[in-house]
Amino acid sequence: MIPVLLITIPLLAGLATFFIRDEKAARSWALLASLLTLGCAVAGITFLKGAANLEAHAQWLPALGAQFSVKLDGMGQLLCLLTAVSYPVIFLGTWKATYANAKNFFALMLLAQAGLMGVFLSMDALLFYFFWELALIPMYFLCSTWGGDKRIRVSFKFFIYTFLGSVLMLIGILYVYGMTKDQSFSINSFYNAGLSNAQQNKLFWLFFIAFAIKMPIFPFHTWQPDTYEQAPTATTMVLSGVMVKMGVFAVIRWLLPVLPLASYAWGDVVTTLAITGMIYASLIAIRQDDLKRLVAYSSIAHIGLMCAAIFSETESGMQGVMIQMFNHGINIIGLWLVVEMIERQFGTRKISELGGLAQKAPAMAILLVIVALANIALPLTNAFPGEFLMFNGIFSSTVTQYYLWFTVLGGLSIIFGAVYTLNMIRKVFYGESNALTAGAQDIRWNEQLALGVIVILILWLGVCPQTLLNTVQETAHSILNKADVLPYIRKH
Amino acid sequence: MNALLLSALMGVVMMFSGIVLKSKAAIRNIAIAGMLALLLVNILEMNGTVFLVIDSKGMIGFDRFALLFNSIIFFSTFLYLTLSARDMEKVGVNYAEYLALIFFILCGIALVSSFRSLIILFLGIEIISIPLYILTGSDKLNLKSNEASLKYFLLGSFSTGLMLMGIALIYGAKGTFYTSGINMVNGAISPLLIAGMLLLMFSMAFKVSVAPFHFWTPDVYDGAPTVFTSFMATIVKAGVFIAFIRLFDEGFASQQPKWKLIIAILTAATLLIGNITAVFQQSVKRMLAYSSIAQAGFMLLSVYAMSPDSKEGLILYAAAYCMATIGIFAVLIKMSDYTFDGFNGFAKQQPLLAAVTTIFLLSLAGIPLTAGFMAKFYMIKAAMYNSGLLWLPILALVMAAVSVSYYFRVIQAMYFRESSTPSTLTVTPAFRYTLVALAALVVLLGIFPNLLLAWLYF
Repeated sequence: MIPVLLITIPLLAGLATFFIRDEKAARSWALLASLLTLGCAVAGITFLKGAANLEAHAQWLPALGAQFSVKLDGMGQLLCLLTAVSYPVIFLGTWKATYANAKNFFALMLLAQAGLMGVFLSMDALLFYFFWELALIPMYFLCSTWGGDKRIRVSFKFFIYTFLGSVLMLIGILYVYGMTKDQSFSINSFYNAGLSNAQQNKLFWLFFIAFAIKMPIFPFHTWQPDTYEQAPTATTMVLSGVMVKMGVFAVIRWLLPVLPLASYAWGDVVTTLAITGMIYASLIAIRQDDLKRLVAYSSIAHIGLMCAAIFSETESGMQGVMIQMFNHGINIIGLWLVVEMIERQFGTRKISELGGLAQKAPAMAILLVIVALANIALPLTNAFPGEFLMFNGIFSSTVTQYYLWFTVLGGLSIIFGAVYTLNMIRKVFYGESNALTAGAQDIRWNEQLALGVIVILILWLGVCPQTLLNTVQETAHSILNKADVLPYIRKH
Repeated sequence: MNALLLSALMGVVMMFSGIVLKSKAAIRNIAIAGMLALLLVNILEMNGTVFLVIDSKGMIGFDRFALLFNSIIFFSTFLYLTLSARDMEKVGVNYAEYLALIFFILCGIALVSSFRSLIILFLGIEIISIPLYILTGSDKLNLKSNEASLKYFLLGSFSTGLMLMGIALIYGAKGTFYTSGINMVNGAISPLLIAGMLLLMFSMAFKVSVAPFHFWTPDVYDGAPTVFTSFMATIVKAGVFIAFIRLFDEGFASQQPKWKLIIAILTAATLLIGNITAVFQQSVKRMLAYSSIAQAGFMLLSVYAMSPDSKEGLILYAAAYCMATIGIFAVLIKMSDYTFDGFNGFAKQQPLLAAVTTIFLLSLAGIPLTAGFMAKFYMIKAAMYNSGLLWLPILALVMAAVSVSYYFRVIQAMYFRESSTPSTLTVTPAFRYTLVALAALVVLLGIFPNLLLAWLYF
C-alpha cells in the first residue's frame, strides 16, 4: 500500500496542480501534497513496517512478462524518505521565489517526484525504465522554462545526454530479458538470468554509461555544472539532492547483482574513472568563482567517492554509500538554499564580489557553516559516518589490488574539499564587507525553518547514525551476496 | 471483403455527390459517415460477419492481421477526416473528388493488405499510387505542387515498372503468381527468382521511401498541399508497409538468408539518412517529411525481424505513428508559418494545442508513457531476438536519441521562445476535443498496448 501511495500522491497532486489558477493556492497545495507524501514515507519506515504494507504487485503486460511491482526495501526506504523530506524543505526554502505560470512549475515538480519515487520502488525492469524517463521529462521542462539565460541549450544538452544513456540501458534491459529463464522483467528473474562472462562484459557498459551519465561520473559529467548553474534553484536542489542518487542507486540495485562478473572485471576501471573525476572536480572547484558551479563540482567529487565505494564490494563500503546517499542529499540541498539566499539578495553568485556577510547576517552564517562542515564530513556531522565507512570499505576491499592507491587518492580529494569549502566560507562570510554586502539582511522565517530542519538532521544523524545503518544493513548484505563472484570462480 | 467493396462504392458515391450536392458541409458529412461505416463493417468482419462473399480464387485472403491493420487505417482516416477535412476546401474547387480519391486509396490499401497473389499486389499498389499523383498536384495554381506531382509521377511509374519486371521474372522462375507457390522450395534456386525478388524489394522500398530510394519524398511531401501530405505520410505509408511485410513473410520467407542482410543495410541507411538530414531542416513540414523517412526505417525493422513479435510491433507502430503524425499535421495545417520560428510562443497562445502537440512529438521520439515508445520497444525486441545482429537495434535506438533533437526543437519553440507576432489561429471546439481525445489515446496505448494487440488474437 505504502509504495503505491508514494507514487500516486505526487502524481495525482501534480496533475491536479495544472488546473489551479491562483499562484498562492498552487504553492500551498504543492506543499500540502509533499507533506502528505512525507507522512506516508515516515509511516512506511516506522509503524507500518509489515511486509504486506511495503509491497504491491499487479498485472500490467502479461504477454511481455512485465508487472506493476513495487516494493520498499531498506535502501528504497532511505531514498524514498530522502525524496519525501527534500520536497517540503525545497518548497519551504524557496517559498518567496516567484515563477511565471507558477501552477505549471509546481505541477512539474510533483510529477518529477512521482517519477523519482517510482525509480526507487520498481521491482520490474520495464517499470523501472518507465519511471526513469518519467522523472526526466518534467525536469527538462522545468530547466528550460524557468532557468537562466542559456537554459534552452543547456537543458537540451542535459536531456540528450541522459536520453542517450537511457536508450543504451533499454538495449541492455532487453538483452537480459531475453536471457531470463521465464521471459520476465521482474528483478528476481534478472538476478537469476545466469549470463555468461562474455555476455556480462558486453552488457556492462550499456548499463553503466546510462548510470554514469546520471551520477555523473567522469568523463560523462559535462552536462552537470551547466545544468545546475542554469536551472532554477528549486529544480537544481531536486537534481543534485535526489536525482543524481538515481544513478548510484541503479548501480547498486540493477548493475552489481545482475552483472556480478562484469562488475568484478571492470571494477578497477570504473573506480579509476571515479577517482579521476573526484580529483579533477575538486581541483576545478578550488578555482571556481561562481557559487553554483562550486557546489556542482563538489557534488561530482562526492558522487565519485560513492561510486568507488560501491565497486569496492565490501559491506562497510556498501552501507556507507547507502546512508551517504541520504546525507549528501540533505547537505547539498542546504548548500543550495544558502546560495539561493545570497543570489536573491545581492543579484550575484561571484565569490569575489561578496564578503563580510557574517556581521550582517549571523544566523545565515552559523547555519551555513554547519552545512559546509557537513559537506567536508567533519565528525559529528552526518556525512562523517558515511564517508568513514566508504573509505574503510575501499581500503579493506578484496576485489582490487590497488586499494591503497584508491584510498590515498580519494582521501586527497577530501582535503581539496576542505580547501574549497572553507575558502568559500572565508571569502563570503568573513573579511571586510563591501558596498554590495553592507546592506545585507538576515534570513527569513521560511528559510530559517528549511535550514533548521536540515541542520537538525545533520547533527542528529551525525551523532547517532545507527538509525540509518539499521535500515540498510539487510539490503547491503543481500546485494553483496548476489554480487559475490567467489562461487563462480570456484566452479571454474 | 466488406471494406474492400464498401470503400470502392464510397469512392463512386463521393464522385457523384460533388455533382448532386452543392453544400461542402454535406459532402464532408457524407465522407465522414462513410468512413465510420467502413470502419464498422471492417470490425464486423473481424467478428465474423461478412456481407458478400466473392470467390477470388484465393488471390485475396482477409486474415486477422489484415483486418486489424485495415481497422487501424480506417480509424486513422476517420480521425484525419474529422480533423482536417475542412482544410481540404482551401486546396481547390474539386472538394468531392479529393474525398473520392481518398476512398479509392483506401480500397487499394485493403487490397495490398490482403493479397495472396502478385497480381493483386500490383493492382493495389497502382490503385494507391495514381490517386496520390493527382492529390499531390491538386493545388493547380501552385508551381511547387505541380513540380512535386510530376516528379512523383515520373519516379513512381519508374518504380512501378521495376515492380512489374520483378513480377514477370518471378513468374518466369516459378510459374505462379501465388505467394504460397513462390515460397515453395523445389530444386535449385533460380537466379530469376532472386533478381525478381530484388526488383520487388526495391520498388516496395521506393513506395515507402526507404533510403536510397527516398529522394522523391522530401520534395513531394513539401510540394503537396499540407493536408494531403498528412495523408500520404501516414496512412498510405503504413498501408504499403503491410504489403511489404506480407510479401516477404509469405512470398520470400524461404529465401530469408538471401535478403536479410540487404534489408538490414537498407534499414540502417534509412535510419541514418532520415534522422541526420532531419536535424538540419528549417521548416517543420520538411522536417516531418524526413522524420517520416526515419520512422520508415524503424518500421522496416519489422520486415527485417520477420516474426510474430515484429507483426505485433508493426501493428502498434502503424497506429502510434499514424495517430501522432496526423495530430501534428492537423495543427501544422492551421499555422501560417511552417518554419520552426512559426511555432514560437505557441504555448502561450494556445496552451491546449501546444500540450497535445507535445504529446504527439514525444510519441514520435519514443518517450515512455506514449504509444511511440511501446511501438519502438516491440520493434527493437523483435529485431534483437530474431537475428544475431546486435548493431542494428543499437543503431536504431541511438538514432531515436538523434530524433529527439529535431522533435524537441518544436517543443522548444512552443514553450521556451517568445513570439513576435500575435496568433491568428482559429480552431473550432470540436477540433480541440478530437485532438485531446487523440492525445489521450496515444498515452493510453503507451501504458496498455494490449488494448490494441489483443485484437490480433481474440
